[in-house]
Amino acid sequence: MSRVARRIASVAGLGVACVAIAAAGVRAQGHNGLPPEGQGSDRKIIKNVGRPSVGKEEYIRYCVGCHGDHGDGVGENTQWIDPKPRDFTLAVFKCRSTPSGTLPTDQDLMNTIRRGIVHSNMPEWRPLPDQMIADILSYIKTFSPRWKAEQPGTPVEVPAETPVTTESILAGRAMFQKFECWKCHGPEGRGNGPSASGMTDSKDQPITPYDFTTSDRFKCGTSNADLYRIFMTGLDGTPMASFSDNIKGDAGWDLVHYLRTLQPMKTPEATIWKAWLATHAGELKPIGPDATGQ
Amino acid sequence: MRMKILASVGLVVLTTMALAPARPPMAGGTVTGKVTYTGTPPKMKPIDMAKEPSCAKEHATPVMNESVVTGPGNALGDVVVYISAGGAAGAPPAQGVTFDQKGCQYIPHVLAMQAGQQLEIRNDDQTSHNIHPMSKVNPEWNKSQPPGAPPIQVKYEKPEFIPVKCNVHPWMHGYFAVLNTSHSAVTGADGSFSLTGLPPGKYTVTAWQERFGTQSQEVTITGNETAKLDFVLKATEY
Repeated sequence: MSRVARRIASVAGLGVACVAIAAAGVRAQGHNGLPPEGQGSDRKIIKNVGRPSVGKEEYIRYCVGCHGDHGDGVGENTQWIDPKPRDFTLAVFKCRSTPSGTLPTDQDLMNTIRRGIVHSNMPEWRPLPDQMIADILSYIKTFSPRWKAEQPGTPVEVPAETPVTTESILAGRAMFQKFECWKCHGPEGRGNGPSASGMTDSKDQPITPYDFTTSDRFKCGTSNADLYRIFMTGLDGTPMASFSDNIKGDAGWDLVHYLRTLQPMKTPEATIWKAWLATHAGELKPIGPDATGQ
Repeated sequence: MRMKILASVGLVVLTTMALAPARPPMAGGTVTGKVTYTGTPPKMKPIDMAKEPSCAKEHATPVMNESVVTGPGNALGDVVVYISAGGAAGAPPAQGVTFDQKGCQYIPHVLAMQAGQQLEIRNDDQTSHNIHPMSKVNPEWNKSQPPGAPPIQVKYEKPEFIPVKCNVHPWMHGYFAVLNTSHSAVTGADGSFSLTGLPPGKYTVTAWQERFGTQSQEVTITGNETAKLDFVLKATEY
């Protein structure tokens, strides 16, 4: 399927879900009834003990077609699909609660399997029971020696969300300028910043910055806490860096609140922001190279 | 009894001699030489930094791509020359190494360090960089470093040649050469290098260039002499 055709298909498929989410104004809940990936200590912790020998059977049944016999992301389907399947031999994962460069938790991996990866061929494996996913994970871990040598990182703390206010959104907008998010994601969040073209991931595959105006789900979740986690941990193996050295605690919520205004859904952030803009739009300098010092 | 005391004294003297700094810091053998190329190296192109005016204005003339640095007499710069076998690796030096981002360039372009040695990454630019060392053996991470942010302190635990890039400024490109030895050098534009303080022994010395690959030679050090060792790497156009 061409890129365009695939896009149309996926947009059509997503349409219903997006309309439902937008209409309800829901955006802090987990996607499609999944348990929300909570904040701080209320994160669900995987309890099941994986059995690699059982996991291998399940892997061969469900995963091998794309991720390959050797877990290197080279299965029989791989040549036809883009983005390419994850290469488990590197043990580098986009969606983590843990700092950049560290292994994800089992819960992170389970969430990814259940959630799927939007705009990729990785479907949502929602019906798989916890034990089966734990078994598969324990087998996937045999593909990289890192799982024997290292422990998963300590999850980045996500504090309780601060109230959505104009001040918070404005502070987040200043961060979007200061940390130069616009260089990749574009001044309006369209994913078309000056550095956006020609980007590649760590396996030299083309990759584009997220376009906030599409109303697409993020690759790594749907909630505000997921968004907070995405820029704090970075998406390893991609150009998206970790900002946890420079954004601390509640300030991260300011950026979350601003990013939500870039999306077309009806969110509390968008409502407050539109009301404020109606009378104050002229006070804002546009985001971009000439707006330093906002 | 008397013999025993004498023996003990002798042992103490011997032990003291062994523990005392046996030689001044620079003693030991030296391997010195020059790295040159044969063939035709690719022509390096100027880098267009127009998308980052704060960096462009730091350079009076356009910066050239640095993946092949040459000097007069076919000299080859930015070649890592290091002990790849022989001798003990030893503990990493207490002194760390520094990798700077200035004028949207990596300084140095190739940085050699020992596994476990402290690495400090600085941003001296007025723009945000993301430091993305694309390691395969060591954990891969990717961190943003806005202007004025404190230096990033890291260590790499396993030997690996790691390409480093900045996704925001795609022309920025460099290497961390994480080695199993403290005996390493990176050639200047004149191609020269010097590995000092080598205890007596047989060594394999390897030269690595990011485009032209590696080349190794054997050398034996017996005392405080200086051994000459030149490398000639074959330049490939691509």
